[in-house]
Amino acid sequence: MNETLLLAVISLSAIGVISAVILYLVAQKFKVIEDPKIDIVAELLPGANCGGCGLAGCRAFAEEIVKTSDLSKLNCPVGGSSTMNEIAAVLGLEAEEKDPMIAVVRCNGSRLNAPQKVIFDGASSCAFAHALSAGESGCPNGCLGLGDCVVSCQFDAIYISPETGLPVVSDEKCVACGACVKACPRTIIEMRKKGKKDRRIFVSCINTEKGGPARKNCSVACIGCGKCVKECAYDAITMVNNLAYIDYEKCKLCRKCAPVCPTGAIHELNFPPRKEKPGEPEQGKVSEPVAAG
Amino acid sequence: MSLLTVSGSPHVHTQQSVKSIMYGVVIAMIPAIFVSVYFFGLHAARVMLISVLACLFFEWVIQKYLIKGPVTINDGSALVTGILLAFNVPSNLPAWIIVTGALVSIGIGKMSFGGLGKNPFNPALVGRVFLLISFPVQMTSWPLPKPLFGPGVTDAITGPTTLGIFKEGLDAGKTVQEIMASPSFPGYINDLMGAQSGSMGEISAIALLLGAVYMFSRKIITWHIPVSYIGTAVVFSGILWLIDPAHYIDPVMHLLAGGMILGVFFMATDMVSSPVSTKGQLVFGAGAGLLTILIRVWGAYPEGVSFAILIMNAFTPLINSAFKPKRFGEVVKNG
Amino acid sequence: MKTFKLGGVHPEENKISAGKAIEVLPLPEKVYIPVSQSLGAPSTVVVEKGAAIRVGQLIAKGESFISSNVHSSVSGKVTKIDDVIDASGYKRKAVFIDVEGDEWEEGIDRTRDIIREVTMDRDEIIKRINEKGVVGLGGATFPSHVKLMVPDGRKAEYLLINGVECEPYLTSDHRLMLERGEEMLIGVRILMKALGVDKAFIGIENNKPDAIRYLSGLSAGFKGIEIIPLKVKYPQGGEKQLIKAVVNREVPSGKLPIEVGCVVNNVGTALAVYEAVQKNKPLVDRIVTVTGKTVAKPCNLLVRIGTPVGLLIEHAGGLPENAGKVISGGPMMGKALTSLDAPVVKGTSGILIMDGVEAKRTAQQNCIRCGRCITVCPMGLEPYLLAQLSEHQLYERAEKEKIMDCIECGSCHFTCPAGRPLLDYLRLGKNKTGIIIRNRVKR
Repeated sequence: MNETLLLAVISLSAIGVISAVILYLVAQKFKVIEDPKIDIVAELLPGANCGGCGLAGCRAFAEEIVKTSDLSKLNCPVGGSSTMNEIAAVLGLEAEEKDPMIAVVRCNGSRLNAPQKVIFDGASSCAFAHALSAGESGCPNGCLGLGDCVVSCQFDAIYISPETGLPVVSDEKCVACGACVKACPRTIIEMRKKGKKDRRIFVSCINTEKGGPARKNCSVACIGCGKCVKECAYDAITMVNNLAYIDYEKCKLCRKCAPVCPTGAIHELNFPPRKEKPGEPEQGKVSEPVAAG
Repeated sequence: MSLLTVSGSPHVHTQQSVKSIMYGVVIAMIPAIFVSVYFFGLHAARVMLISVLACLFFEWVIQKYLIKGPVTINDGSALVTGILLAFNVPSNLPAWIIVTGALVSIGIGKMSFGGLGKNPFNPALVGRVFLLISFPVQMTSWPLPKPLFGPGVTDAITGPTTLGIFKEGLDAGKTVQEIMASPSFPGYINDLMGAQSGSMGEISAIALLLGAVYMFSRKIITWHIPVSYIGTAVVFSGILWLIDPAHYIDPVMHLLAGGMILGVFFMATDMVSSPVSTKGQLVFGAGAGLLTILIRVWGAYPEGVSFAILIMNAFTPLINSAFKPKRFGEVVKNG
Repeated sequence: MKTFKLGGVHPEENKISAGKAIEVLPLPEKVYIPVSQSLGAPSTVVVEKGAAIRVGQLIAKGESFISSNVHSSVSGKVTKIDDVIDASGYKRKAVFIDVEGDEWEEGIDRTRDIIREVTMDRDEIIKRINEKGVVGLGGATFPSHVKLMVPDGRKAEYLLINGVECEPYLTSDHRLMLERGEEMLIGVRILMKALGVDKAFIGIENNKPDAIRYLSGLSAGFKGIEIIPLKVKYPQGGEKQLIKAVVNREVPSGKLPIEVGCVVNNVGTALAVYEAVQKNKPLVDRIVTVTGKTVAKPCNLLVRIGTPVGLLIEHAGGLPENAGKVISGGPMMGKALTSLDAPVVKGTSGILIMDGVEAKRTAQQNCIRCGRCITVCPMGLEPYLLAQLSEHQLYERAEKEKIMDCIECGSCHFTCPAGRPLLDYLRLGKNKTGIIIRNRVKR
């Protein structure tokens, strides 16, 4: 009996010792010498591995930033400037101040604004629906509402509104990783400056058709009339392919363009309510932030 | 005019649906249902009713209150599981054990993986094996068959299954011939027709084969799994039998006794838990056949069909990735 | 009876319009002719707004290797060159013409006199086919002259003519073979000359016994042309399947038919080649089947390219009240139209109208891994797996599982008991995988 016990103890101990030696040798042989800063930087990152920086994940980002010591090209949109400042401090560099960004949905073609012309019946994928046809509203640029952006979002920051059938971005949850921008087959979603107090003005349409056909499919489409371009005092609005675009770098958020838009395609978010003027076109105007995101 | 529909091609669709397949399987099981009622009386009907209702009930509860998704109890798959579970238990099983089996089948065997199509194992077999291991006494006291309207009392006397008789006899040192000569041994004809002790659905090979023919004619199952399963089992048991006929049961008896026919046609062919390609199906059947005989001959249990199929179910993903169909244009032959 | 081995399905044939002789559709008032009507780069418009135009006049020139010329199908005035909404609802550049009279370009022989003697040599034939804008009329609209230019190091041995018409409902090729059989056979002879082959097979499924009989009789007078009856099985009209069925050769994965010494053309293309070479006639019209279970007068029509689809439907008795889907092409591979204003193009083989019930897809259920999609896949793929991979965006793995071999025949979706939109996901996956492969090649 004692002998058995002894034998078991000895053999197990021997296995333990031999394994330890092997593990030690292997660890020495395959040791990877890494800059300790990588670990420190990786620690500072949010750890979401969302790929918003354009690299494979937070670890890859840390490796890259330590290797290049160049902050101008790399930015973690999720962590924002506070994280970048901390990383800069670790690396002994100065972080550039980057404005916080947010995803913006540039389509307001709800069933009400863009009535259904055909019924789509097929795989629940925007990418497929886009390849198949112009979509249920007939607008070749409009939101298909099948939620590829929702699937792509790792932060639960975007959902399809049951009322409008359009995606809605949550101001609090969106970290501007850009996954939805890539996922949308029609590039309806754009990364824009988050703006002071979350205030933003943008053209909620990307239809490049001429006024007539655009309007035929959707009552709130940009018809390329150019009124907003004339109205803007800061040269922030450009007109390309019958479509107005507001440059968020130049825009001073003066709100003068929105009222002149005949279709209400220019949306303003999170501003205090305007004083009602009689006779102003109300159609398609977005007063609730929910409807546009 | 109503709105036009836009969808990708194709724009036509076959008539066959999941529902029609499932109810096809149910129809195929009808002969075996009649045989079990004939030999085990209303007790058999009671077990089947409880099993089916419990399966449907658990599927409904889980889909409605746990998953909170669409309820699909009318697609027939829970019905099939319910009948198959009943087929795999003795007719005198207490109701609470049947209900437990149904809960394990549906809850653990199917729903925990995400419902129909997601389960790696055949749900009915999961339930059956759970019961066999948890309640070995109740699960292996088989009532003797008693034809309907015949003399005697159903369920009163229990006895071992054909394979059980062999197991006991061989363990006691008897030869196969001695066992088969004993008066309590059912014999080939009774095993074929169903007059033997055993789980309710497995007793009559002929009734099950009738159902199998129906499934073939409706193209619900293909020949691959049954042929390779039976083929391997027959060849393997045949080799053993040729080597030593005194200690190994002959292949025909292997087929007729126990749950081989039920397993081969109704459970191994379960689409969800068997491989998808024809090559994979042949491998699956061969593996199950081999395992069945291995367990029957050398295992602790007299019967090995359930375990064999479950083990092969576990290999299904591996078989799927190892045995791909032949791609067009892969091997270039010009002629 | 010959057929291909791997996979295949047999949908209900529904060849309702098979007995209807080809009618000429009266000239429309307006046509919209899209300027890119083949694979490859869009063609360049060579007419201006306001120009008076005649039938057969060149309106768009194909300038890249794989693109083709487009000719006016009517005479009249060019009203504008603008975007037209095509079959899928997207914009496409088109020439809008108001029809006035029916004036043809000079030099086009419009009689039905059959010219049997082929006088042109190989290069002249190819040049003529290119000039006259002949493209594959089976549906893919691949420019025909490109197919005839056999790449260096390869040799064409057989010409295969596709008279299979394996799509249910469609009968345009069937009628063509019956009514224009001899002209078509001369077209085949021209194609043989251009390719330098002395053997041509015309594959016809045996649900068209009259066409097989008729052409077999005629082909006695054509050396080297043989009619091959084939067992009815979809997708026999697929290039690779047809080659397998007729000469039992397998085109390697990712390769073209010429790899095994074959060139495949449609019967419609053969007729267009005949007209271009012997009659100097550009491709300005084609035969279109208008059919459907609820259509009042199913018919086969000779239609000018650019005619709005709505006019064809009107001729067939109008759009039924309960129409739920209008398909350009057959039910297996056709494209559902978003609007009836879309013009007939060179690839339009049929217009199929389905009622609301027939148009509705069966409800989707979980995949039960029955493996039927694998059994029916003519390319030996695993559609259930490929669909899953592309749904989860695992395109690299999908590529390894040969997603690019998919010919989009739709047999998998047709046969799926769970009603899963397998081909939808396969198309999506092919699309994305194709982009990944192209980017890799570029790099």
